[in-house]
Amino acid sequence: MKKSLWFIIGLVIIAIIVVMTMQKKEEGEVALAGKTLKLAMDADPVSLDPHVQLSGGMLQYSHMVFDPLIRWTKTMDLEPRLATRWERIDDNTMRFFLREGVKFHSGNPFTAKDVKWTVERLKKSQDFKGLFEPFEGVNVIDDYTCDLVTKKPYSLVLNMATYIFPMDSAFYTGTDESGNPKDAIVKTGPSFALSHESGTGKYMVTKREQGVETVFEAFADYWDINSPGNVDKIVLTPIKNDATRVAALLSGDVDFIMPVPPQDYDRVANSENSQLITMSGSRIITFQLNQNRRPEFKDPKVRLAIVYAVNNEGIVETIMKGTATAAAQQAPVGFAGYKPDLKPRYDLEKAQALMKEAGYADGFTCSMIAPNNRYVNDEKISEAVVSMLAKINIKVNLKTMPKAQYWDEFDAQVADIQMIGWHPDTEDSANYSEFLVMCPNKETGYGQYNSGNYCNPKVDELVLASQTETDPDKRSAMLQEVEQILYDDAAYVPLHWQNLSWAGKKNLNIEPIVNVMNFPYFGDLVLD
Amino acid sequence: MLLFMQLDGLMFAFTVRRITQGIFVMLVISFLCFTIQHAIGDPVRDIVGISVSAAEREALREKMGLNDPFLTQYVRFLGKAVQGDVGMSFFFKKPALKVILAKAPATLELVFVSSLIIIFASVPLGIYCAIKPRSILSRTIMGLSIVGVSIPVFLTAIMLIYIFSVELHWLPSYGRGQLVYIGGWGSGLLTLDGWKHLILPSIALSSIMLPLFIRLIRSQMMEILETEYIKFAWAKGLRKRRIWFIHAFKNTLLPVITVGGVQLGTMIAFTILTETVFQWQGLGFLFIEAVERADTTLLVAYLMVVGVIFVVVNTIVDIIYGLVNPMVRIQGSK
Repeated sequence: MKKSLWFIIGLVIIAIIVVMTMQKKEEGEVALAGKTLKLAMDADPVSLDPHVQLSGGMLQYSHMVFDPLIRWTKTMDLEPRLATRWERIDDNTMRFFLREGVKFHSGNPFTAKDVKWTVERLKKSQDFKGLFEPFEGVNVIDDYTCDLVTKKPYSLVLNMATYIFPMDSAFYTGTDESGNPKDAIVKTGPSFALSHESGTGKYMVTKREQGVETVFEAFADYWDINSPGNVDKIVLTPIKNDATRVAALLSGDVDFIMPVPPQDYDRVANSENSQLITMSGSRIITFQLNQNRRPEFKDPKVRLAIVYAVNNEGIVETIMKGTATAAAQQAPVGFAGYKPDLKPRYDLEKAQALMKEAGYADGFTCSMIAPNNRYVNDEKISEAVVSMLAKINIKVNLKTMPKAQYWDEFDAQVADIQMIGWHPDTEDSANYSEFLVMCPNKETGYGQYNSGNYCNPKVDELVLASQTETDPDKRSAMLQEVEQILYDDAAYVPLHWQNLSWAGKKNLNIEPIVNVMNFPYFGDLVLD
Repeated sequence: MLLFMQLDGLMFAFTVRRITQGIFVMLVISFLCFTIQHAIGDPVRDIVGISVSAAEREALREKMGLNDPFLTQYVRFLGKAVQGDVGMSFFFKKPALKVILAKAPATLELVFVSSLIIIFASVPLGIYCAIKPRSILSRTIMGLSIVGVSIPVFLTAIMLIYIFSVELHWLPSYGRGQLVYIGGWGSGLLTLDGWKHLILPSIALSSIMLPLFIRLIRSQMMEILETEYIKFAWAKGLRKRRIWFIHAFKNTLLPVITVGGVQLGTMIAFTILTETVFQWQGLGFLFIEAVERADTTLLVAYLMVVGVIFVVVNTIVDIIYGLVNPMVRIQGSK
């Protein structure tokens, strides 16, 4: 009995050793194959179908596996990708000339019909249909020319073209084994497009275990041979815990991490082996003051007093440790509506005087809600604002909650002051106003996240006019006027724009591939 | 012969009772999950972008059947659960049970290795502390065990990562490393890389239970060393080792097994913390993420699977207990 037990244990040990030595060899073979980037992000792409969800993560994925018609550069200019050039034909039509000789991962050639197919699919996607609502569709002129047609003149045609990542129409046509159409956009169950991809991008997904690991390998027939990028393989691992993600970089287990938690900026920047890149972002963090719930907030003086009482530069310095930019308007530098002379205005005495003028020298009590795991330091920021408002005798009862519960409460407007952060999907100024400050209107969908119920017909008029204004200078003037009105009215309480952050080993040239949209162009990454 | 038939009958009654209990536990768990799932949040929010209109979200909610009355949803769930279908995970877009089974090996291997550490460290240390209660080493062990119990698991885990991964570069900081797939079971136990990845998480996980078991074994053993039959054994002139390891230790084991069975459940709870810190792709990590995403089907399925594990483990402990100590009869016998 005992002898046979030892025999079995012995066999198991031998088996393990054999398996281990075999694997050693495999590792050695892989090392010869080319440059590999080990990438750790806080989450991995939720699916392989670029149209199933509109989120930063999915767009980052799209830039790796697909190519857009055109894309933003670091300086917010547009550069040709699958479209080599474009020209306006008339008020409603933009003509795109497509790159020739481009192949999809499946081997199918890329032509104008793929663009048409992709735009039609975007118009069906629950997440993208809103953005593509102004578009009539695509007219195919010939294999390498097509017209993008809008219903009426639209100022953001090119912004939207950065979201058109042509998909392989032949590959996604037909039905899968279970008889469902391959192009179905499915949010609730398995589908062909969720687990298969064929784009024109530099990388093909060769292995994917959701939430564990995604392996991207370079596509041999990739069109952009002028790109300096020399990474042949990317292994993406999601590491959710901030401390673990930083530890993985510092210990050398991964080469590149994003995002970097602000509390570790110094550690990463000072380490011998790693470098840190940060950039002011475009996500604005704000508080909305609900005028329907609190008559006090209807008085612009009270709203102004609150803006004067909130020391947002102080919050940036102490709570955000300088990893954000204090804001006085919605759009940051580089956006059409940015007005340089609007500055943060903390002045406690002025705030107290305004409260007195408004007849609320003794203040009042109100409620506030904020998420506690959505934005960087969201809970601490709201606590700081509560204590700042106490100085002008506004007593605030704060309740914070996880994001899974927050948005329903936000929509129900359960509190007088509510926190919201916004990043415009269109990378354009008007988008902030459309969602955050235009008069709430269920039919048009404008003001969907305007829980302050601020409503100013002049703002609505200007924002709507900007949509059809195709002259960039005139449009910019309109959007700047909007920011000025919101500033004077204290329509909401602006806090700051969160910084974006990336970190990697020293041999990575990170700087050239990152941008304010937070879509690192990994195809162009150079590893020394 | 007659005796065996009687035993069979007893076993049968015992099994039936256990299964009924198990089903009852499942019903209670699923009902509780269903009642609280609205408090967890709205799953639709997580599967659409933030700028999607309220009408679109409403349509999706309707399609997913989330707008139906509570009882309709619960009865529909039970009807499918009977057929082995506990629903589709909203996030993974796959059957929830499949997702859970795919992640189970990670957690089971972690718990297994931690248990090994606990067993092979606590037994010798516990015995030593009982035999030589006044030695400096014993006092150090007891002192450290107090510290071990008091430090939270996630702190232990982060400290281990900083010492052994970031500073010393000895061990990897996250994940499971290279896996070998045997059937559907992705195992890290068969590769050197897999073992390297296992070391830190399993030490972190055992850090809570290990001191507890050392103390338990020590106190049990010390009590038993005072009993009459041990004194008799000394008087008979038996060798030290025989008295310590055969006579005393065997009797120490009984309560340790009982506590061990109960603590296995606690261990599963602590995997949630350990797995989050080490990005260990197991059930605990899955659970935390499901809570954050309000992936309610996955949550319900997870809690039901854990319920099954508890029922099974307790049953096994009861059986083992009966085997080790004939004085304890299996419930169900008269």
